[in-house]
Amino acid sequence: MSQDHPSHGRPAHDHLVVVGASLAGLRGAEAARKAGFTGRITVVGAEPHRPYDRPPLSKQVLTGGVAPGATTLPNLEPLDAEWRLGSAAAGLDRSGRAVILESGERIAYDRLLIATGARARPWPDAAEGRLGGVHTLRSRDDAAALRASLATKPGRVLVIGGGFIGCEVAAACRDLDLPVTLVESGSTVLERVLGSHLGSVVAALHAARGVDLRFGAKVEALEDDGTGHVVRARLADGRTIATTCVVVALGAVRNTGWLHGSGLAFDDGGVECDADGHVLDTDGRPDRTIAAAGDVARFPHPLYDGRRVALEHWGHAVAQGAHAGRLLAGHSIARAYAEVPAFWSSQGGITLKMVGLTEGADALVIAQGDPKTGRFLALYGRAGRCVAAVSFDSVRWLPAYAAMVAEGAPFPPIRGAVDQGRLTVLPPGFPKEDER
Amino acid sequence: MPDPNPDRIGPSPSPDFSRAAGGLRVSVDLNRCQAYAQCCYAAPDHFVLHGAEALHYDPAPTAAARDAIERARVACPVQAILVEDAGNGRP
Repeated sequence: MSQDHPSHGRPAHDHLVVVGASLAGLRGAEAARKAGFTGRITVVGAEPHRPYDRPPLSKQVLTGGVAPGATTLPNLEPLDAEWRLGSAAAGLDRSGRAVILESGERIAYDRLLIATGARARPWPDAAEGRLGGVHTLRSRDDAAALRASLATKPGRVLVIGGGFIGCEVAAACRDLDLPVTLVESGSTVLERVLGSHLGSVVAALHAARGVDLRFGAKVEALEDDGTGHVVRARLADGRTIATTCVVVALGAVRNTGWLHGSGLAFDDGGVECDADGHVLDTDGRPDRTIAAAGDVARFPHPLYDGRRVALEHWGHAVAQGAHAGRLLAGHSIARAYAEVPAFWSSQGGITLKMVGLTEGADALVIAQGDPKTGRFLALYGRAGRCVAAVSFDSVRWLPAYAAMVAEGAPFPPIRGAVDQGRLTVLPPGFPKEDER
Repeated sequence: MPDPNPDRIGPSPSPDFSRAAGGLRVSVDLNRCQAYAQCCYAAPDHFVLHGAEALHYDPAPTAAARDAIERARVACPVQAILVEDAGNGRP
């Protein structure tokens, strides 16, 4: 799976190692090349696959429109890299400047990009999580397994968790005309990201498409039939749901375990970075030979008063990966990474696209359109500033509001046109902090 | 989307390092995409709009689709279509 690397004539000391054969890792390596890095590049990946695109995995891959193996990402710059796939990093020896693989092999680096991403949060009961028919959805192989399961037309699919993955899976089940129940402990879907006001708009869409939604409910146990295959879920209120296909969609945990003993500052929420993107040690000092990017990197976002965030967005993996690649190539970085967060989701025929972060938002206005028509744009405010905007099937309105988010423009927005009515400021309905 | 290449449906053998010989790899930056649908006119077998704004696309077109994919890439008003085309020297 590795290939000979034509490194003749290059300084042997100049070696960029990318840990994570991911979107962020790929775009990082490409950016380093584009910035003039001519040394060796080695990409280490835990999975046996070249970097692939995740967004289709919870959408067209599940409905059969796209084969899991077709999702390999386009390579946009000549990389001339050595690929070490199927070999997870197990340790990092910073004083010896080496990445240690599971096999014990050491890969020496001069510059290191950490792009190990995240993994699906497993079902809390490990034995139940291993039952046949119980899925998580994160990797290409996960998607292939779930697609195969859906293709057998299970009598009812149970989705646990009403976040984006849970909603997209439920929508895909309805596209396939499969009965599906979605259980969410909160009051509606997407509550943590959109708040309950807009979450309930999305919930109504899924309800209208036939998704059986159970809010304020909790799955207490997954039970098998004695053969090791799930047959029912038991809810906290004692009711049961008969199902042979369960999708656990409880969010993600960052892949930082391999950093134990490295002296870097990290936890399940990411590895700590400074504003430039260099990683920090446990004393808060940057290691200028190492950068991190994508889901795994937690950094102070200048747009949000330096609040430390780790973002699981496709566009962020691209932009921060490229930023880190340029940084490691020795390109002078004029300013800290400050890309405005942005993501999209398509579910049940509608597309919502968001810019900014809604965390801590205390107010909401419908700035364009009308939720009753299904096409509208909502703007979130926090302490009198615009912090996020989301469009529902009305993306062409979004750039103007993205600019207001990027500027931290006053909220509610000042509008002077005589034909525009006053905006009604609504409570967005986020769960209390201790419930988030 | 109606898959233009039905034999691609279903899990592919893994590990999967290769594409169809001479084939392309396509990804669309759906943050940038504003559903102008020019790609759907340029390469209707490979780009389909579902609903108002959900773009479904073929991420692994065969070499036979090269000209159509290139027309779509160039036609995109927001330049959201990313293509790797080894057969065409890109990159």
